[in-house]
Amino acid sequence: MRKKLLEIKGLKTTFFTDNGQIPAVDDIDFSVHEGEILGIVGESGSGKSVTSLSIMGLIPSPPGKITGGEILLDGKNIAKYTDKQMQKIRGKDIAMIFQEPMTSLNPLFTIGDQLKEAILIHNPKWSKKEAFARAVEIMKLVGLPRAEELLKDYPHQLSGGMRQRVMIAMALVCDPQVLIADEPTTALDVTIQAQILQLMKDLNKRLNTAVLLITHDLGVVAETCERVIVMYAGQIVEEAPIHEIFTNPKHPYTQGLIQSVPDMRYKKENLYSIPGSVPKPGSIQVGCRFAARCEYAMERCLQETPPLFEAAENHKSRCFLLEKQEVEQRVESVIKG
Amino acid sequence: MSKALLKVEGLKKYFPIRKGVLNSHAGDVKAVDDVSFEVFEGETLGIVGESGCGKSTTGRLLMRLLEPTGGKIEFAGKMISELSNNEMRKARRDIQMIFQDPYASLNPRHNIGKILEEPLIVHGIGNAKERKQKVLELLEIVGLNEYHIKRYPHQFSGGQRQRIGIARALMTNPRLIIADEPVSALDVSIQAQVLNLLQKLQKDLKLTYIFISHDLGVVRHISNRVGVMYLGKLVELTASEDLYAEPLHPYTQALLSSVPVPDPTFEREQIIISGDIPSASNPPSGCTFHTRCPFKMDQCSQVVPKMQEVKPGHYVACHLYEALQH
Repeated sequence: MRKKLLEIKGLKTTFFTDNGQIPAVDDIDFSVHEGEILGIVGESGSGKSVTSLSIMGLIPSPPGKITGGEILLDGKNIAKYTDKQMQKIRGKDIAMIFQEPMTSLNPLFTIGDQLKEAILIHNPKWSKKEAFARAVEIMKLVGLPRAEELLKDYPHQLSGGMRQRVMIAMALVCDPQVLIADEPTTALDVTIQAQILQLMKDLNKRLNTAVLLITHDLGVVAETCERVIVMYAGQIVEEAPIHEIFTNPKHPYTQGLIQSVPDMRYKKENLYSIPGSVPKPGSIQVGCRFAARCEYAMERCLQETPPLFEAAENHKSRCFLLEKQEVEQRVESVIKG
Repeated sequence: MSKALLKVEGLKKYFPIRKGVLNSHAGDVKAVDDVSFEVFEGETLGIVGESGCGKSTTGRLLMRLLEPTGGKIEFAGKMISELSNNEMRKARRDIQMIFQDPYASLNPRHNIGKILEEPLIVHGIGNAKERKQKVLELLEIVGLNEYHIKRYPHQFSGGQRQRIGIARALMTNPRLIIADEPVSALDVSIQAQVLNLLQKLQKDLKLTYIFISHDLGVVRHISNRVGVMYLGKLVELTASEDLYAEPLHPYTQALLSSVPVPDPTFEREQIIISGDIPSASNPPSGCTFHTRCPFKMDQCSQVVPKMQEVKPGHYVACHLYEALQH
């Protein structure tokens, strides 16, 4: 088993608003292993972006606050870090790329200035020349041509795909252990998306950087990730290796989600659709959060909150349907044991 | 085959680029450049392409929300490209549009009843009572209720707002609906609901759709025929099964192979084309795709390829297939 680089234990992030407390992320556990690409999928409001911002210590506060749990990076609980301590590791040990590269680059500074800033903040002893050399090196690594010239350009002079490459370069410039990519290709066209995903896979292999890829697109997950977490209404509802989740999804939500994506390879006569819509965060206090939209919902689903059941090795699902199966397995193993 | 409801011939839209103090004409952005196609009664024609390819502009030209620079648009035997503004307003009763962002296209200060009633008032249809009746009827058709009538757009979720957008488009009993990225802003589970609704409506009300989208999976699901656009030009047009089974244009091939497929066991040869889409203000000479094309030949940078029927009903604009011309 590979080493756990990042471990999230019982993370809870709450937003304190005029309408009461909203638990956007409610008690989630997962870990990112060395060198892997882990995907988090979910629809809007599922809490996937809040999870990533919590890890980076970027939750706007107020109104948001991490109200419980631990975020262990290499064994150290960074959830307790002060802003100053966070600044030291952010960009160095753990870096992030965002959806819209144009809004995350400063339009008033050249690409070179911004890359060098990132380098010099974490390596204050370096000379400008060394920083420039590193900037050129990292630009070449992410496949940008004419690196020296591009460093003199301003963000608006670059295309969307190139800007996203610059963002990746900036994130990787200090060799972080973990890279969080929040919808990195959502704003890009498909042909450019294919280029960027390929780049991320290559870099993951070459640099052994662990990647946490957050997306709403099941296709992107299928092509890049090794393991997937499915989130719904602030909770993890399923976690499994990539093949498992597509061939043998256990949670009714995951099943519905996979079936409702139109497939380009063949025409489905009737597209399955999950009835209803995603509940408002915090609106469901007891019971399974998916129960109102679930076709298998039982009495019990409305009264008790299901825990994560072990469906198979490394495969967990938050659904009572699996309980029976688990009991059977346990009995079996006791008999065998 | 059913007859053509809409015929488009040589449609062009050039946006002038103006420069200097005198605002002199320095060039054109060729957003739509010589596009021709037909839409048959009762079918769904999908138009796909990446951003900046001119698919949305095409949709707006057909509604004459933008004035075409050139070309003819014939709808149900009427030359709508030659109608006056006043006549065009009347003609829009038969052609309606659904937009991408249902929030931006619904007036936030009007309640749903008013939003839905407005098209009827504009076209002078019915009296107050009949109009109210029609609003209720349409709300029910798109899966909403009477009690929604007094609510305002911000009180609805994205999927419900798109249902309202659809209801509004249907108020005047149109024959043709131009849907511009109608499900792009929606979550997957809601997207499926709206797609199913659109298909049901098409069957029940015998509608004809032009479905503009960048999502190749969605387009395949809903379309009978699909047109692929690149830099203002239509490069391939054929039945949807043909296009996905056997894409002919190198751009279509690359586009299809770039789409991530939600199946980790699926293996294919991915064609990743390098570079970005060139600027439409200064498009490459000859075939506009030649700068990124893996099969580029000498003539590609000089001669503009013509749209030709390579197989029955399968049109493609590429020099590779010139010899095959029927």
